[in-house]
Amino acid sequence: MLEIKNLHARIAEDGTEIIRGLDLTVKAGEVAAIMGPNGSGKSTLSYILSGREDYEVTEGDILYNGESILELDASERAAKGIFLAFQYPVEIPGVATRQFLKVAMNEQRKYRGEDELTTPEFMRRVKEAAAELKIAPEMLRRPLNVGFSGGEKKRAEILQMALLQPKLCVLDETDSGLDIDALKIVADGVNALRSPDRAVVVITHYQRLLDYIVPDTVHVLYKGQVVKSGDKTLAHELEAKGYADIIEAAA
Amino acid sequence: MNMQQAIKMTAAETALVDAYTAQIGDLPGDGAVLSLRDTLVHELKTAGLPTRRVESWHYTDLRTLLRAVPSADPSAFADRVEPIVAGATVLSVRNGEADLKSLPEGLTARSYTESLLDGSAVAGLAVLGSDDAIGRINGGLVRGGLEIAVAEGVELEAPLEIQVAQSHGQAHTRFPVSFGPGSKATVLERHLSTNGDASFVSSVTDLTLAEGADVIWIILQQQGASDTHLGQIRFDLGKDAKLHVFVINAGGKLVRQELHGRASGEGSDLTLRGINLLGGESHTDVTFTLSHDVPHTTSSEIIRNVIFDRAKGVFQGKILVAQDAQKTDAKMSCNTLLLSDDADFSAKPELEIFADDVQCGHGATVIDIDHTQLFYLLSRGIPENKARAMLVNAFVAEIVEELEDDEALVEALEGVISAWLEKHA
Repeated sequence: MLEIKNLHARIAEDGTEIIRGLDLTVKAGEVAAIMGPNGSGKSTLSYILSGREDYEVTEGDILYNGESILELDASERAAKGIFLAFQYPVEIPGVATRQFLKVAMNEQRKYRGEDELTTPEFMRRVKEAAAELKIAPEMLRRPLNVGFSGGEKKRAEILQMALLQPKLCVLDETDSGLDIDALKIVADGVNALRSPDRAVVVITHYQRLLDYIVPDTVHVLYKGQVVKSGDKTLAHELEAKGYADIIEAAA
Repeated sequence: MNMQQAIKMTAAETALVDAYTAQIGDLPGDGAVLSLRDTLVHELKTAGLPTRRVESWHYTDLRTLLRAVPSADPSAFADRVEPIVAGATVLSVRNGEADLKSLPEGLTARSYTESLLDGSAVAGLAVLGSDDAIGRINGGLVRGGLEIAVAEGVELEAPLEIQVAQSHGQAHTRFPVSFGPGSKATVLERHLSTNGDASFVSSVTDLTLAEGADVIWIILQQQGASDTHLGQIRFDLGKDAKLHVFVINAGGKLVRQELHGRASGEGSDLTLRGINLLGGESHTDVTFTLSHDVPHTTSSEIIRNVIFDRAKGVFQGKILVAQDAQKTDAKMSCNTLLLSDDADFSAKPELEIFADDVQCGHGATVIDIDHTQLFYLLSRGIPENKARAMLVNAFVAEIVEELEDDEALVEALEGVISAWLEKHA
């Protein structure tokens, strides 16, 4: 589903290279965890996958379902099924959450040549998905992410993911700032979306989230490269010993 | 040798004086009113329209900007339009002629022409100062309008829409409105043009709020693309009176909306919200002065501007706090979303504080679309043009939503805003 080949990328503004020859393959149905110390390029990778213009790809390619997505802008990538759950969801005063959800769902449908949802159908879907994530209807009337607690913001991200039904989900540090109860709700939401035709990339700093979203593969990112890959036991190893050994071995 | 040179009158000045001369004998008023009109027109003739050398007109040089004034056409006729909020009580003034009909209990109205004829209008016709060009033009030429009163303790259930429609030519209207003690009302003063001809409109509204009155007053200016609109609202707030003035400029070629008020009763509160939607080659000026005369009064002003094309915008806001007006709390801000390199906005906030125990502040910002917000919307599959429109809309919608108590009103105003943005973005 996702194939990243020898990817090199830099910050557009100052030319700092962040991703330096990254290779990664994630198959449909797979949950891949990306781990690594601070500054290894984890969040940058998530932004590049979703098409943020602040970064420039200088070499290599990203294939999604066999096709390069480098020429697609962020909204086209999203409409094709790539979803990024933000580490820091963005507050947008003046845009009601419910209205935003409706526009996003319908714009994606339009792009794919599908009919727009009727209002009752939209309401039904939102109500159902919100209940699963224990999101109060009152929250959906508020401006998007404005005044939401850390946990509410993350749940709102998962709600968007559940409603948009993407094929490739990228979760950027979704566990940061969550207490254990909120973490469980969020993990349940992600697990509910696991399916043979969907891939999930979980970017995380800590093993903790992976106790609830159990990965099929684990990849360690360091200085913009995948320096080690393995199964879920690799995450436990990192938890016990830290990154030092792996980084040393890779150097 | 006579050193005093008579200024050469511009085409617009000549047209205004000519309009007066042509209507002498026909303009309504008793002796006092007619003599005041004559003085005002004489002042206009000798002083001319204000230029940038007059401080309060520095950013809107009316003498240069006002190139022409159409002559008054008594046959002009503006069509009636639906109120923007369904179920609103409508009082209309079309091409200066008031149209009165049955009104809910506690709300009375009569044609302003009657106040001119019986002379009761004369005190209100005085100008606010030597730089009050709008008061002068309007006082000289005013023909119609409405005198409205909301009785003590009356709460108007439906909003009142004062519809001031103009097709072409000139219209000069006045609206003295008094709100009795404890009364409550939402009023829309809506100026619109029913065709595209260049009209010249002046309109002065004079609000008096008695003790405890609670009023939302919305000025919705939707003039045609080549119209000149000179608006002024004066207000006086009694003890514990609450006034929320909301100005939306969504039309006109040359627009100046002045707001001049006094918080003269303790515990009174003024909220000013303004949205300027500017495009094309238009010039729009919102000029506000508020005098906190007594202790324990509050005010808050937020102006949001969205500017496209080669449009120019101006906001001047001046808050005066009198020496014994202790415990005044006043906050003013002006935020501009500049969407074109050729657009221009000037903001001039001023505080003049003579009391020592007050909280006053002001700020002005000019911003572009927030790129992080834009990326967030794009990342959810919303195409860029739509995402930008959503963010522009959000920038102004935020302050419309403060009127959340009246959902139909919020929806109607948001409709006006999104329709304008769709046309211009």
